[in-house]
Amino acid sequence: MQERLLLTSSPHIGTKDTVSRVMLDVIIALLPATMGSIYFFGLPAFKLIMVSVIAAVATEAIIQKLTKKTITIKDCSAALTGLLLAMNIPPAAPWWIAAVGSAFAIGIAKQAFGGLGQNFINPALAGRAMLMASWPVIMTTWSAPGADAVATVTPLALLKPGSEATGELPSLMDAFVGNIGGCLGETSALLLLIGAAYLFYRRVISWRIPFTYIATVAVITLVASGGDFTNMLYHLFTGGLMIGAFFMATDYSSSPITVKGQIIFGIGAGVITSVIRLYGGYPEGVSYSILLMNLAAPIIEKYTSPKLFGEVK
Amino acid sequence: MKLSNLTFKGGIHPPYSKELSKKASIEPCIVPEVVVIPLSQHIGAPCDPIVKIGEAVKVGQKIGESKSFVSAPVHSSVSGVVKKIEEIDSPLGNKTKAVVIESDGKNEVSEEVKPKGNLEDLSPEEIVEIVKEAGITGQGGASFPTHVKLSPPPDKKIDTVILNGAECEPYLTADHRLMVEESESIVYGLKAIMKAVGVKKGYIGIEDNKPDAIEAMMKASANEPEIEIVSLETKYPQGDEKRLIDAATKRQVPAGGLPMDVGVIVNNVGTADAIAKAIKTGMPLVERVVTITGDAVVTPKNLMVKIGTSFKEVVEQCGGYKEGLGKIVMGGPMMGNAQFTDNVPVVKGTSGILLLSEKEVSAPPMDPCMRCGRCVYACPVNLQPTALEKLTSRERFDETEKYHIWSCIECGTCSYVCPARRPLVHSIRVAKKALSDKQKRESK
Ligand code: SF4
Ligand code: SF4
Repeated sequence: MQERLLLTSSPHIGTKDTVSRVMLDVIIALLPATMGSIYFFGLPAFKLIMVSVIAAVATEAIIQKLTKKTITIKDCSAALTGLLLAMNIPPAAPWWIAAVGSAFAIGIAKQAFGGLGQNFINPALAGRAMLMASWPVIMTTWSAPGADAVATVTPLALLKPGSEATGELPSLMDAFVGNIGGCLGETSALLLLIGAAYLFYRRVISWRIPFTYIATVAVITLVASGGDFTNMLYHLFTGGLMIGAFFMATDYSSSPITVKGQIIFGIGAGVITSVIRLYGGYPEGVSYSILLMNLAAPIIEKYTSPKLFGEVK
Repeated sequence: MKLSNLTFKGGIHPPYSKELSKKASIEPCIVPEVVVIPLSQHIGAPCDPIVKIGEAVKVGQKIGESKSFVSAPVHSSVSGVVKKIEEIDSPLGNKTKAVVIESDGKNEVSEEVKPKGNLEDLSPEEIVEIVKEAGITGQGGASFPTHVKLSPPPDKKIDTVILNGAECEPYLTADHRLMVEESESIVYGLKAIMKAVGVKKGYIGIEDNKPDAIEAMMKASANEPEIEIVSLETKYPQGDEKRLIDAATKRQVPAGGLPMDVGVIVNNVGTADAIAKAIKTGMPLVERVVTITGDAVVTPKNLMVKIGTSFKEVVEQCGGYKEGLGKIVMGGPMMGNAQFTDNVPVVKGTSGILLLSEKEVSAPPMDPCMRCGRCVYACPVNLQPTALEKLTSRERFDETEKYHIWSCIECGTCSYVCPARRPLVHSIRVAKKALSDKQKRESK
C-alpha cells in the first residue's frame, strides 16, 4: 500500500474541464470570424489582431509581475479579451489604437478590479468605449472590404431614421456573409453564428442571454418599422449585435449568474440597443447597452436568486 | 408496477464506472481472525459495551447498547473471545470505542438468534422492536437508526414508504447486486416497513442504468398491488431523499423539513433486506454488502462482509492494491470519506471501499472563480455555491444563512462541475461548522 494517501474531502472526482479550456473554447469559437476579417480586410486586420492580443497578454503579465501576483496568462482569458477588442476596432485604425485599447481593457477594466471573475464590466467593451471617447473619428471611419480600403458607411447608419448618411444598402446576403463595412469581427453574422454553435455545443454559454437579446431587438425593430421584415433582418445581421449577443453579453464576470437574471439582462440589452439605434445619437448601440447592463447586473442578480427547492412561498 | 422515467432539476452525469463491479455476484468475504466492532457506527448516541474482556461471544450476540432512543445496539459478527475494548480510528473520521473480538473460526450462532414468526402475525410495534433489537441502521451511508425512522411522531400522517434503490453514487453496485439477487427479501422488508408505519403505498425507486435490477424487482413485486417500481433517470444525486420523493410522488419536502412532513418515509433497499432477514431468521445486522472497486484494486467485487473486518483484509480478498494507489474512500466518490489508513473496520454504513489511483484523484490546480455559473445550474437545491464560497473565504459566516446554507445537502455536485476547482462543498462544510460552533458558544 502507498505510504501517503490523499485526504482531501469529497467529492473525490471532478470534471475534466478547466478555466483555460473554457476560455480557449471561446477563442476557438471566434476563429471563423477572425479568419473572415482577415479575408475581408486583409493584412491590416491581421496586424490589428496580433497587436491587440499581444498587448493584452503583456499587460496582464506585467501588472501581475509588478503586484507580485501569480501570473495567469496561461488561462487564456487575457488573450481572449485582446481578440475580442480587436474584433471591435475598424479595420483602418492604426496599430497603436489596438495596443492602447488592450492595455486599458486589461489594466483598468480587469486587473484593477481584481482580475478574472471580479471585473463587473466587460473589459473588451470598456476598452472600446474608452477608444470611442478618445478617438471618435478613428473609431468610426469605416472601410469597405477589399484591399484598397474605400471609405464607406455602415448599413445601420443608412437605416437610421432621419440619417444624413447616403449610399447604397448592401444586399442582405452580403450583410449576412460579412462582405460589408464595419468593425473587424462584427461584419459576418454567418461566421459568428458558426462560432456560437460551437459555444452551445461545448456548453460554454446558454441560450438565455443571446436569445432574449436578439429576440428583443428583432421584435422592437419589427414593430418600429411597421412590420418591415427586411429592415429587421438588417438590424440583426449588421452592426455588432451578433458578436455582442453571443460573445460579449455572455461574459461570465459581467453578467448575472442567475437564470432569471440572465433573461432580464438579455431583454434589457435588447431594449437599450434598439432605442439607441432607432432614436439615439449613434447609429449603433450594442456596446453601450451591454456596458449599461453590466452596471445593472449585480442588482439584477441580487433580486433574482433562484427559488430554493421546497421553498415555502 | 408503474414504469416511467422521473427526475428532478439540476444534477450531473459523472462517469458512472459501474461496469467494474456490476456483474460481480455477491460473494461471502473471509471470516477474519479479528474483528473490531465500533460502539458508535451511526448518527446518535454511542453504545456502552455489555461484554467483558475474556468473555466468549457468538454470532449475533448483542455486545453493546444504549439507553438513548436515537441509537442502535451492536452485535458480534463472529464467534470467539473478547480481547480488548479500546479506542480506535473509525472510518467516519472520528475516534470511537470498539470491541475487539478474536474469532474461533467456528461461526457459532448465538441462542438469541431465533426466527420472529410470520409477518402477518406481527404487530407494528413488534416489527419496530425487532428492527431496533437487530441494530439496523440506514444502509445507504448516512446510518440513521432505522427504528427511529419507523416511529414518526403521531402528528405526522405517513401514507407512503419509498425504498431507495437509486444508487446514484458512481462506482457503487452493492444495492444493484442486492436488488438482482435478493429481490424477494427486499419486497418482504418493504412490506414489513409498510406494516410498521401503517401505510398502503410503497415505491421502489431505481435508476434506469440498472435494467436487470428493475426487472428483478418488478418480478418480485408482481403480486403486490400496493408496491410500484419507479424507474428514475440516471443522474446524480437522484438518490438523495428529497430528490427521490419529488421524482416518485411529486411532493416537495419544504426547505428545512423532513420527508415525514410530506407523509413519506424513505429507506434504503439494503435496509429493507436487513429487516427481512431480522424477521425471518432473527439474525441482527452483523454483515453487509460492500462494493470494493476503483481503478487501483486488482479485482473489483461485491462482498458480503462481516462488520468489523478491516479494510485491509477485504481488499486483500480482491487481489490487493494496484501500483499508484492515491486514495481510499469509504462510500462513493461524491460523498464518501477519504481514509488515511486501511486499518479501519467495515461498519454498518460501509456501502463501498473505493480505491482510486493517484492519476484518477489528481486535480489540476485551483483557479479563481470565473462566474461561469455551472455550480448554480447544477445544484439540486438551487443554491448559489459560488456565493457561499466567497462569503466563507471572507469569514462572513452569518451572511451565508441568507443564502440558505442549511439547505445544502453536501452532495458535492457543485465542486464536481467547477472548472476552476473551487472547494465549494468543502467551504460550505467549514461555514456550517463555524456557525454551529458559534451557536454552541452563545447558548452556553
Ligand atoms: S462553477 Fe466554479 S468557476 Fe463556475 S461559478 Fe461556480 S465556483 Fe465559479
Ligand atoms: S453540495 Fe450543497 S451547494 Fe453544492 S450542489 Fe450539493 S446542495 Fe448544492
